[in-house]
Amino acid sequence: MDDTGTVVAFYVLSAMTVGSALGVVVVRNLVHAVVFLIVSFMGVAGLYITLSADFVAVTQILIYAGAVSVLLLFAIVLTPRGERGNSESFLRLPALLLALLVAFTLGYVAIDTDWVISDREGFEETASVIGEALLDKYVLPFEIASVLLLAAMLGAIVLVRPETPTEEAGE
Amino acid sequence: MIRPLAEWYDLRDIGNAVGALLEQIEDWGAPDWVPYVVSGLIGVVAILLWTVLSVLAFIWIERRVVGLMQNRIGPNRVGPMGLLQPVADALKLLFKEPVTTRDSDRVLFWLAPIVVFIPTMVVFAVIPFGERMVLADLNVGVLFLIAIGSINTIAVFMAGWSSNNKYALLGAMRTIAMLISYELIQVLVLLAAVLFVGSMRLGDIVAWQQDYGVWLIFLQPLGLLGYVIAGAVEMNRSPTDTAEAESEIVAGYHTEYGGIKFGFFYQAEYLAGFAIAAVIVTLYMGGWTLWGLEEWVPGWLIFLAKLYGVFFIYIWSRGTLPRLRIDQLMGFAWKFMLPLALVNVLVVGGERLLWQEAELSSGEALPLFGVVNFVLAVGLIVGWAWILGHRRPDRVAHRAILTKEVGAIFYGEPAPNI
Repeated sequence: MDDTGTVVAFYVLSAMTVGSALGVVVVRNLVHAVVFLIVSFMGVAGLYITLSADFVAVTQILIYAGAVSVLLLFAIVLTPRGERGNSESFLRLPALLLALLVAFTLGYVAIDTDWVISDREGFEETASVIGEALLDKYVLPFEIASVLLLAAMLGAIVLVRPETPTEEAGE
Repeated sequence: MIRPLAEWYDLRDIGNAVGALLEQIEDWGAPDWVPYVVSGLIGVVAILLWTVLSVLAFIWIERRVVGLMQNRIGPNRVGPMGLLQPVADALKLLFKEPVTTRDSDRVLFWLAPIVVFIPTMVVFAVIPFGERMVLADLNVGVLFLIAIGSINTIAVFMAGWSSNNKYALLGAMRTIAMLISYELIQVLVLLAAVLFVGSMRLGDIVAWQQDYGVWLIFLQPLGLLGYVIAGAVEMNRSPTDTAEAESEIVAGYHTEYGGIKFGFFYQAEYLAGFAIAAVIVTLYMGGWTLWGLEEWVPGWLIFLAKLYGVFFIYIWSRGTLPRLRIDQLMGFAWKFMLPLALVNVLVVGGERLLWQEAELSSGEALPLFGVVNFVLAVGLIVGWAWILGHRRPDRVAHRAILTKEVGAIFYGEPAPNI
């Protein structure tokens, strides 16, 4: 974070991320909240770019802005009375307290810790480095994640299948 | 890999002129960021001008060509041969009253045409029009293309949901279902291409094809087929324009849009078409190279010629093929294209490994892979269709079938042999 451009970009993107994240919580309309969430995801992707993590940034857009938000939109539209919006809740005050506590803890840790600054040069191309790390050093978590995804997929298929297809056909 | 800067008047690559200009600016002692900003501005303005002119031209070409194919004349009143028709259309759209439906979500309704426009424009930033003519040569270019394409779904959903119209919402849901299904195929197919070339940078992929003197179209015909079909779905054109099927759901997600807001959707659709064609040309057809001809003819002219050629195929299919039903389209994605794309990844990965491990020379390996993949593509398509129960094309008409005969089929009985 030396040159002016990166500093300006950091503050603009941070304002965008935090502001729209606030919007997600504040707005009443659920679809508007999802749109704010997408803007927030984009801001995070921009922050990754300022850290020269281009692969992670593009993946953030692809997975979060492109896929997860569409999933949320589907969930809102397909849920009965999903359009009713954010309703009043007695959990408002506890939630605010909890959020403030988490923010305080994270902020305190971030400021108080004596971070080690790496003096290594940045990677020329991050995609291949990440790929090698995933299939070499971190191959076990990688495989466990894929097994988990497979289980989720099978679960989804089992959920939507009619329980006894032969009986239904017989009727 | 990139050759040194040639003289500024070397029009074979406009990047030469821009590079000379930037060097001149640096010589004048401007700060570091000035050439950066200037090069960005030049690229953006050039791409904007090119897209607007191309869209205007192709509105006329498409209507005339589809008219010819359907045995009618097409626009022929405004200007010589109807040449001024797109201009007249654009003016009409500009002056129309912007109508907003009652109880619509006004903010999203206004925002959607703008949001749909951005990703389609941004795609062109990573497309290499020539060796130096790339606005941003990202080293994750292919992934960027996929990521940007996925943003489109949100804009479509915003438009469909905010209109407060059931047909718009149905169209939006259809579009999202289609885009998600075919995005998967697109990713798998592009993964195979990236796997074989070994780089996600679009410039590197073009350079690879130039080095080995072979286009990926010959090495991965199945991949090209998958991308062409997935691209047709993404650009929302007939025969896959189920999301705006007039006979079923009026005009889909932009039913309630009129005037210039509709114009934005219309132009975004065209730009998506150009973007898909540009990606096909870059990844599968050698980009701006043509086996040595790029030494004589400007590379960007070769690129544009290929791009318009590919786009013409989409116009052709629009004028020829009937629209698919939504269940047919989704079934085709999941039951037919997805297994083939998976097999394609496996085969291409195996070939890549074989090429590396067996230490074949490129002269031996590439023709072998080309033949094997072509045979495999034909065999897989025919075989998989056979397994799915399409032993032969559904209804081969040996003579013209009268509507009367088709209408006389009795339900519950086998169809008469016609």
